[in-house]
Amino acid sequence: MQTDQVNLKKRAESAAEKKAAFGEDFKLDRFEEGSRVSKPIEDLQTLDEESKKTLLQVGVVPSEEGRSGSLLVLDNAVSHSSLRDKNVELMSTQKALKKYEWLKEYSWKLVAVDTDKYTAKTYLENADGYFIRAPAGKKSSLPVQTCLLLGSNKVFQTVHNIVVVEEGASLDIITGCTAKKGVEEGLHLGISEMYVKKGATLNFTMIHNWAEQIGVRPRTVVHVEEGGTYVSNYICLKPVRSVQMYPTVKLEGEGAVTRLNTIAIAHSGSELDLGSRAIFDASGTKAELISRTITIGGRIIARGEMIGNAKGAKGHLECKGLVLTDKGSQLAIPILEANVDDIELTHEAAVGKIAKDQVEYLMARGLTEDEAVGMIVRGFLDVGIRGIPEELRKEIENTIAQTAFGM
Amino acid sequence: MLKIEDLTVEVNGKNLLHDVNLEVKKGYTNVLFGPNGAGKSALMRTIMGFSEYRVVKGRILFNGEDITGLSVDERARLGLGIMMQRPPDMSGIKLRDLVKVLSKGQRDPEALAENLDMKRFLDRDVNVGFSGGEIKRSELLQLAVQSPSLYLLDEPESGVDLVSIEQVGMTIKGLLEEGLDCPGESCKKGKSALIITHTGQILDYVKADRGFILCNGTIMCSGNPLKMLEEIKSRGYEECIKCRLIK
Ligand SMILES: Nc1ncnc2c1ncn2[C@@H]1O[C@H](COP(=O)(O)OP(=O)(O)OP(=O)(O)O)[C@@H](O)[C@H]1O
Ligand SMILES: [Mg+2]
Repeated sequence: MQTDQVNLKKRAESAAEKKAAFGEDFKLDRFEEGSRVSKPIEDLQTLDEESKKTLLQVGVVPSEEGRSGSLLVLDNAVSHSSLRDKNVELMSTQKALKKYEWLKEYSWKLVAVDTDKYTAKTYLENADGYFIRAPAGKKSSLPVQTCLLLGSNKVFQTVHNIVVVEEGASLDIITGCTAKKGVEEGLHLGISEMYVKKGATLNFTMIHNWAEQIGVRPRTVVHVEEGGTYVSNYICLKPVRSVQMYPTVKLEGEGAVTRLNTIAIAHSGSELDLGSRAIFDASGTKAELISRTITIGGRIIARGEMIGNAKGAKGHLECKGLVLTDKGSQLAIPILEANVDDIELTHEAAVGKIAKDQVEYLMARGLTEDEAVGMIVRGFLDVGIRGIPEELRKEIENTIAQTAFGM
Repeated sequence: MLKIEDLTVEVNGKNLLHDVNLEVKKGYTNVLFGPNGAGKSALMRTIMGFSEYRVVKGRILFNGEDITGLSVDERARLGLGIMMQRPPDMSGIKLRDLVKVLSKGQRDPEALAENLDMKRFLDRDVNVGFSGGEIKRSELLQLAVQSPSLYLLDEPESGVDLVSIEQVGMTIKGLLEEGLDCPGESCKKGKSALIITHTGQILDYVKADRGFILCNGTIMCSGNPLKMLEEIKSRGYEECIKCRLIK
C-alpha cells in the first residue's frame, strides 16, 4: 500500500510538465493556488444575491428545494455539504477517504495520475472534492447537486471527485461549474472517477458557465458494470477561454449502456475541444455519443471515439455543428475502431450553416428571421439532450432559454 | 387580391417561369393545373417569396401593393399562407411548440389538433418522418392557426387516403369560408385561394371559380375549372398547348 502511494507520487512528479494531448497549454505557475480553507457556509441561502444567481444559472438551487443533497467547493475548499435524503451519501472526498478504508481502491484507479500535468497537479495537491455514493438497491428520488465555484481571480482550482453507484442503485447528479462575478481569469482542473455497478444507473448532468479568460480541464473516466447505465449531459453555453475534455466511459460488463450528450456554444474568443469516448469491453454493450454544437465566433472541436473490443457491441456517434458567423469554426473528428468481428459502430457528422429552407419555412408562417433562427437553434440543441429525465430536461431547457440568446 | 403580371423567374440561373399572368380576386378560389415539372410549385413558392426563386421580370401585387421585393415573413404578415408540397424536416421543433408560437399562446394546440386527428403528432418533430398524408394535415394545422387571407395550397389532396380526404377537404372548405357572413353564390367575402391539383378531388369539397393551365413555365389558358378538368382527363394537356398557339 505504502509503495503504491510512493509510486503514484513518482509518476505524478514525472508528469508535472507533461502537456495534455489536446488543447492550449496552460502554465500552472501563472496561477496561484486557490485557498484550501474557507469559512463554512451553513446555508446556501445566506449567500449574497449575486452568488445565488450564479449558482442558479448552473442548475444549483440555493434553497436546495428539489435536491437530495448539496455540496459546494469554493476555490480549493469544500465549504458546504448538506444532505436531506438517507438513500444517498454525500461528503468531501478527503473526509470520505478518512472514513472508508476501502475507498482507496477507487481513488486514482480510473484516471491515471500521469495523464498530463493537470492530473499530476491535482494528485500532488491532494485535492478535495465531492464523494457521492448510492448504497446498493437505493434510489434517491431527487438529484444531488454539487457546485464547483471559482471565487478568486487568477487562481487554479483542483478538484477530485469520486462517485460510486452500488449494485441496483440509481442516482442523479447535477454539477454546476462556474465562477463568481468578477472572476475573469483562472484555471479549473477537475478529476472525476465514477463507478456504476451491476444493474445501477447514474445520470450525470454538468453545466459550465465560466468567464472569458478561464481555462477548464476536466478529466473524467467512468466504469460501468454488467447491465449498468451511465447517462451524461454536458452543457456549455457561455463564454470561456478554453475547455478541453475527453470523458471516457468504459463499458466493462455485459449489456452495459451509455449515452453521452453534449451541447455547447462557442463565443468569440472561446475554444471548446469537447470529446466523448466509449470503450466496449464486454459483449452486448451499447453507446450513443451525441453532440450538438454552435459557433457564434469561437472554435469548436468535436471529437468522438468508439473502440469496440467485444462482440455484439453497438455504438452510434453523432456530431452536428452549426456555424452561425464567418468568424467561427467547427471541426468534427469522429473515430471508430473495431477490434473483433460482430460489431456495429456508426457515425454521422455534419457541420455548416442553418438550412435556409428551414428558416424560410418558419418565416412563411409569419415568424421574423431572428425568431425563426432562434427556434431552429433551440431545437437543434434540444435534440442533444433528449431522452434525459423530465425534470432535468426542464431545467436545462430553462438554462438554454436564459443563456443561449444573450449572444 | 393577388395579381401576377408578366412574371419571369429563375432558379440558379435557370429559367423556370416566363411571362406568367394570373389573378385571384378576393373571395375566389382558383385552380392551377399542369403536367409534372411545369412550374406550378415554383410559381407558388415565388408568390410566397422563397429566396431561391429570383424574379427577373414582372411583378406580384397583393391587395394592390407590389410585394415582389418583400421577404417571406413580410408576405406572411400581409396575409399570404402556403401549404407546401414538400416542406423541410424541422428536426428538434415539435409540432406542439410550433403551433403554440404561431398562435402566440392564444390557442390550445390540443383542441386544434383534435379536429385534424393530429394529436398524436404534437410531440413529433415537424415533418420528420411524417407520411404524405400526415404532412398535409400538419400543414393544414399550421395554416389554421396562421389564418391567412390568401391560401396557396400545393396539391392538398395528394397522398391523402380516401377516408382522410373527406376530413382534409372539409377542413379546407371550413378555412376558406371563415368570415363568410352571407351564404349564397354571389357573395364573395370568404378567404381567397389558389389550389394546385392533378386529380381535382379537392374540388368535390371547395367550389372553384376559375382554372389556369401552366405548361412549360407559362400559363397556356384559363377558363371554367371543372370543364378544364374534364378536358385534361380525356385528352391530356395537348389541347391547351394548342389553344395558346392559336391565340
Ligand atoms: N431549386 C431548383 N433547382 C433546380 N431546378 C428546380 C428547382 N426547383 C424546381 N426546379 C425544376 O423546375 C421545374 C418545375 O418544378 P415544380 O416543382 O414547380 O414543378 P410542378 O409543376 O410543381 O410539378 P409537380 O406536378 O410534379 O409537382 C422542374 O423541372 C424542377 O425540377
Ligand atoms: Mg409541384
